[in-house]
Amino acid sequence: MAEYQKPVPYPSPETQPFWDACKRHELSLPYCTNCSAFFFYPRQFCPTCFNWNIEWRTCSGKGALYTFAIQYRPQMPGFTPPYVTAIVQLDEGPRLMTNLVGVEPAPENIRCGMPVEVVWEDATDEITLPFFKPSQSSQ
Amino acid sequence: MTLKNKVAIVGADETDRIGIVPDMTPLMMHAEAARNALRDAGIDKSEVDAVFTCGIGGMASVQLCEYLGIIPMYTDNTMTGGSSFVIHVEHAAAAINAGLCNVALITHGETGLSGRNRRGPRGGGFFDATLPSAQFEMPFGVGGPPSTYSMAAMRHMHEYGTTSEQLAEIAVATRKWAQLNPRAMMRDPLSIEDVLSSRWIAYPFHIYDCCLVTDAGGAVVVVGADRAREMAKKPVWVLGSGEASTHQSLLGMPDLTQTPARYSGKAAFEMAGVTHAAIDVVEVYDSFTYTALVTIEELGFCAKGEGGPFLSNQRSAPGGDFPMNTNGGGLSYTHPGMYGMFILIEAVRQLWGECGDRQVPDAKLACVNATGGLLSATGTLILGVD
Ligand SMILES: [Zn+2]
Repeated sequence: MAEYQKPVPYPSPETQPFWDACKRHELSLPYCTNCSAFFFYPRQFCPTCFNWNIEWRTCSGKGALYTFAIQYRPQMPGFTPPYVTAIVQLDEGPRLMTNLVGVEPAPENIRCGMPVEVVWEDATDEITLPFFKPSQSSQ
Repeated sequence: MTLKNKVAIVGADETDRIGIVPDMTPLMMHAEAARNALRDAGIDKSEVDAVFTCGIGGMASVQLCEYLGIIPMYTDNTMTGGSSFVIHVEHAAAAINAGLCNVALITHGETGLSGRNRRGPRGGGFFDATLPSAQFEMPFGVGGPPSTYSMAAMRHMHEYGTTSEQLAEIAVATRKWAQLNPRAMMRDPLSIEDVLSSRWIAYPFHIYDCCLVTDAGGAVVVVGADRAREMAKKPVWVLGSGEASTHQSLLGMPDLTQTPARYSGKAAFEMAGVTHAAIDVVEVYDSFTYTALVTIEELGFCAKGEGGPFLSNQRSAPGGDFPMNTNGGGLSYTHPGMYGMFILIEAVRQLWGECGDRQVPDAKLACVNATGGLLSATGTLILGVD
C-alpha cells in the first residue's frame, strides 16, 4: 500500500477514544450527562457547563450537510483538487469537519442541508478518518 | 470607564515601498514604517516609551525594541492575526489613560509575498499537531483562509440567499477605489462579469473574491490628549473601541454566518456615542469579499443577512453613499497577511483629508474594523476629528 500522503491527526489523551472508535468504524462522541447533550471536539469536560463527568456514546453516523466548499487549490499536502471540504451536522447535534465523497465535486451536485452518512477511510494502520457521502435517500 | 477623547493617533504611515519588496525582511519593514510614522507625527524615537507589535517570533516587542534601540516602559505582544494592530490601539489607549506610558508606537511588517521564496523555516510558531484544528480540520484538506472562509460564505449564501453577484459587487467597488490610489497593486478595470467568469479558488470564491498577497509594513503613533493638541496635524481621536473573539477554528465557531464584530462593534459604538448614520467612511477587513459583507452586517450597518442587497448597485464605490475600503482594500491595494494596520492608516488619512483623488469629502468620523484568524477575532475603533 502506498504511503498515505495527507496530514494525519496525532491523537491526544482527550481525543484518543474518538480515534480508537473510528478505527473500529464507529462514530463515538463525548456526551455530557449534565446537559444531556453531545459535544465536539473532544475535551475532558463539557464546554457548555464545565462538567467533568463525561461519557462516550456511539452516534448514528447520519446527519445533514451544514456547509461545504469545493477546493480548487490544494490547501494541504497530498490532496488532488478539486475536492470537497464540508461540515456535517450530525443528527445528534455536533458538527464535524470532513470530506464529502461519493459525488462528483461540482457545484450543481451539492447543496447545504442534503442528508449524508459516514463512510470510513482507513488512512494508516493507526488512523481511520470519518468521511461522509450523500445518503441513499437523497439520490 | 471610557477611553473617549483621552488619546489620539498623531502619526500614521507605511513603508516607503509596498507590494513587491523582495529586498526587505519583516523586521526592516517594522523599522522603516516606525521611522515614517514618527516623522509623520514629528516625534523623536527617544520619546517612545511603549511598543505594541506582533508577528516577529515569539517575543515580538522584545525583539523589535532591541532592533530599534528602545527601552520601553510598557509593551504588548497581543497576537490576534489581522486584527492585532487595531486592538493594539485600544491597549495603547488604556495604558496611556492609566498613566503607564506617554508615547505608544504600534508597528507591523510582513513579507507575505517575497517571504515565500526565502529559505528557512516558514509558517510561524503556532503549529501543534495535537491542537483541535490539526486533528479535526487539516486531515480533510482544510488549512489556509480560502478553504475556511469559503465554507462560511457558503453557509451565509444558504441561509440568507447571498449571491455571487453580490460578492462581486464588493470586488468591483473596491477596485474602483484602488484605481484612485497610485499605491494600489491592482488597478486594472474590473467588472462584475470579469469576477463571475474568473477561475475558482474555492467555490463559492472566484479569484477576485480573494485578497492579494503582498509585502508591506505600517505603523501608527498614539499619545494622550494634552500632547495630541500640541501636534502640527489635527489629532485623530479614539472615540470608541472594542475587541472580541468567539473561536479559533471553524469547528469552534458558534455560528458560521456570524463574527465577533457584533460584540466589538457594539462596544465601540456605545463608547463613542455615535450612530451608524453619522459615520462618514468605513474601513473593514476584506481578506475576501465575503469578509467585508458579513462585517458590515455584524457591525450593524444593515440588518443581519442583508449585507448582499445593502452593498449592491456599487453603493460602496467612489460616489456611492457608503464609502468603504477607500484605499482599495486587501482585495486590490495590499494584503501582506495581517492587513489590519492598513485599514487603520487609511482611516486616519481620510480624517486628515490626505487622500487626494479618493478623499471622501469632509470625512469627520470613521468606523474601523479588522478581523483576524478565521473570522475569529475582531477589533473595532470609532475615530474622529474635531
Ligand atoms: Zn454540560
